[in-house]
Amino acid sequence: MTAVPTPLAPLAAVKRISLWRRYLRRPLGVVALAVFAFVVAVAVLAPWLAPFDPNLVDFRITRAAPGGEHLLGGDSAGRDVLSRLLHGARTTLYGAVITCAAGVLLGVPAGVAAGYFGGVTDRVCSWISDALQSVPGMIVLLVVAAGTGQDFTVLMVALGVFLAPGYYRITRARALAVRREPYIDAARVAGVTNPRILRTHMLRAVYAPIVVQTALTAGIAVGMQAGLQFLGIGSASTPSWGQMMNDGFQTMLTQPLILLWPSIALGVTIAALAFIGSTLADLISVRADQPSRRSRGAVRRELSTSSQVPSGVHVHEVCALRVENLRVGYATESGVKEVVRGVSLDAAPGEVLGIVGESGSGKTQTIFAVLDLLPAGGTAVADDIRVAGQAVDKRALGRSIGYVPQEPMSNLDPCYTIEHHLVEPLRHVHGLSKADARARAREVLVRVGITDPDRVLRSYPHQISGGMAQRVLIAGAVAGRPALLVADEPTTALDVTVQAEVLELLRELQQEYGMALVIVTHNFGVVADICDRVVVMKDGRIVETGAVEQIFRQPADLYTAELISASLDDTEGRHELDELARVGGEDETR
Amino acid sequence: MLSFIAKRLMSGVLLLVVVTSGTFFLAHAAVGDPTPGLLGNSATPAQQAALRARIGYDQPLLVQFWNWFSHAVTGDFGTSWRNFQPVNDQMALRVPVTLSVVVVATVLAAVVGVAVGIVCGLRPGGLLDRGLKLASVVLFALPGFWVSLVLVTWFAIELKWFPAIGYVSPDQSMTGWLRSITLPAVSLALGAIVMVAEQLRNGFLQVAGQDFVRTLRARGLSDRRVTAHVLRNASPAALTVLALLFVGLLGGAIVVEIVFNLPGIGSLTQSASQIGDIPVLLGLTAVTVVFVVIVNFLLDLVLGWVNPKVRDR
Repeated sequence: MTAVPTPLAPLAAVKRISLWRRYLRRPLGVVALAVFAFVVAVAVLAPWLAPFDPNLVDFRITRAAPGGEHLLGGDSAGRDVLSRLLHGARTTLYGAVITCAAGVLLGVPAGVAAGYFGGVTDRVCSWISDALQSVPGMIVLLVVAAGTGQDFTVLMVALGVFLAPGYYRITRARALAVRREPYIDAARVAGVTNPRILRTHMLRAVYAPIVVQTALTAGIAVGMQAGLQFLGIGSASTPSWGQMMNDGFQTMLTQPLILLWPSIALGVTIAALAFIGSTLADLISVRADQPSRRSRGAVRRELSTSSQVPSGVHVHEVCALRVENLRVGYATESGVKEVVRGVSLDAAPGEVLGIVGESGSGKTQTIFAVLDLLPAGGTAVADDIRVAGQAVDKRALGRSIGYVPQEPMSNLDPCYTIEHHLVEPLRHVHGLSKADARARAREVLVRVGITDPDRVLRSYPHQISGGMAQRVLIAGAVAGRPALLVADEPTTALDVTVQAEVLELLRELQQEYGMALVIVTHNFGVVADICDRVVVMKDGRIVETGAVEQIFRQPADLYTAELISASLDDTEGRHELDELARVGGEDETR
Repeated sequence: MLSFIAKRLMSGVLLLVVVTSGTFFLAHAAVGDPTPGLLGNSATPAQQAALRARIGYDQPLLVQFWNWFSHAVTGDFGTSWRNFQPVNDQMALRVPVTLSVVVVATVLAAVVGVAVGIVCGLRPGGLLDRGLKLASVVLFALPGFWVSLVLVTWFAIELKWFPAIGYVSPDQSMTGWLRSITLPAVSLALGAIVMVAEQLRNGFLQVAGQDFVRTLRARGLSDRRVTAHVLRNASPAALTVLALLFVGLLGGAIVVEIVFNLPGIGSLTQSASQIGDIPVLLGLTAVTVVFVVIVNFLLDLVLGWVNPKVRDR
């Protein structure tokens, strides 16, 4: 475990170049950048561009209309508007630079320290940041201006202090995320000192969000600065847009043009900064765009014309579940990606069917397609999907199909009690009265083995254990007495000791209610434990279907054999596997 | 729940004490000797000394602080250094005006922002959603007084739908009051509306992609019921933004009031700042922070009600 930092350096450089290139592909961003560059150029060149001294008073041009040598006319004190506008850009940008610098210098180190060290540092810094955000900055700025009104720089630094929490929050969040990365631990173990880790890793991680934040902060700073100047804060001899707007505001009814020029300059500059910021933000954290309806139709068409022949077989006449030639695809930039490529399977009432395969084999996509719960962007096409003899539609969900998810804690709504989770579907899907729904909820909880149902009903999801949460979810799935229960890796997220209990429970419920149970798993131990028949999937197709004993004894496909031998390394279920292999053809009696 | 409320209250009081004390010393450091500002440059040293004695400026800073602080905790913010009127009387006239503008703006931001946010969350990539994205970019940064100048030019001067300037008290005429604060409140609210909407929309989409939403659908619940679950989970972020916006709107109102010539705290703060009238500035700071603390406290209660996890922390 040696110098970890080194390989990161070239990577980051590559990333930065491509970010710049990607930025140049956004028309709105390019326009905004060009506008801002123009403002910067004007500010820098103002002394040479301006036709007159911005503070030169010539009474003859007081409120003069545009034209002649005074291109934009004169203001109410007889000064050349164009010259003041050009010099105002200088003031504006100077103020923005000071404000952003103050914000970065205060917010970024504090954020990195709080995120990296945590504990007291974090609590103190976060309290100060929250407090700063709770103070009406404008009033305190006016307090500061009370004595130092003429000193523009001090005021802009003070404004930077109030905008520092924006930097602090974003840096702290990034630093916290990076702190949890394994390579930081590795660097610490390797003996890299804290300051060096902070310098090499943290600053690189927060670089991009800070650039975005600076564009946004600069926009806000320009606006607040103009607001202060509009109130009459700041030196009278320094031309500024806010001051010009105040001047124009006094004569708004008679000479609206005097107000118009600085307002346009201010609005355009702020909009440019805002668009630069939002374009950068878009590039850094791409807002996932929803596929349009047209592309969804295209996916459907492409899937329908797919040349794949169905894989898998039908073995039952009467089916609790029957799937005929199912295809699932996702729209990607390079066309349609098919993740399920022609799958046919069935399960008889009272049968336990296992769908086995490695990650990416399409097993979960298959059952989500059956449930009509594919994630956004996913499209399913099938010749036929029937549950209990009926074509699947919206009404089947929760009525004839029950669903048990993989990860219990993330599948309960944290804002509602367990009682609400169980009662809501019973009342609004199954039409029970409130009292009946409650009684039924309590009864099902007892049935799934919860010994203190009243306490659990009152609890919120974060107050119960993972094993208990999975029992609650199973209770919710069977409460409506479905004909088919679909379980997606129901034990993967649980402790080893709880896993066996949950499998046992599923088996009991399945027999008691006479349901078909379709269980998706990557684990042949689970298959051996509970399944009657098994479907083995690979790359979106079924490679083998058969009774459990037959598949274990004599896998027809090489891939199945590999999966089984890989599963043998898992300790759970190993005993059953060995026994199965020894007992041979005898029926599994569990 | 009780300890949760007590903790939040304590935190609010602490914030109030820290901010007002900090402002006291900041103001004294910034202003220095206030008498030239108050009396003008033509005042004699004797006149200046007399004023210093009258306002207690000749005493040590810590004594002055204690005098101010011990009265402030009883709700007495002293008298103005300029006209020796009680600060409380001046604020009693002006704070309600500012507050009515800010509250109306906040309510507008909440109602319109939530409605727009939900529609955009339900139809991401739709026409309104794309419009919101564009609007949020620009309106987020444009200062309220800039927007208010545009609105005044269009709606008050060109179309004459609303009065350009002035304030009508609700005691005199309810409709007159509404008409007089509509434009100021809208200029303040525009930026806030898009921020609330954007926040809610993003939160909505984020929650909609979570596992439990799929499970709720799998239970057969209708789209309307699932949306209610999503909305409740997405609301904390939008509520937090709304509370932060309230602080920002208080500050923004100061400038917007000047544009509309409303007799709120804006012109009072402005004049007090220009001559260094510290008691008035401190009173205004304390009152605004009190409102912020109240709003934050209410927010905490609502957040605790919406998300039970918060209560248990």
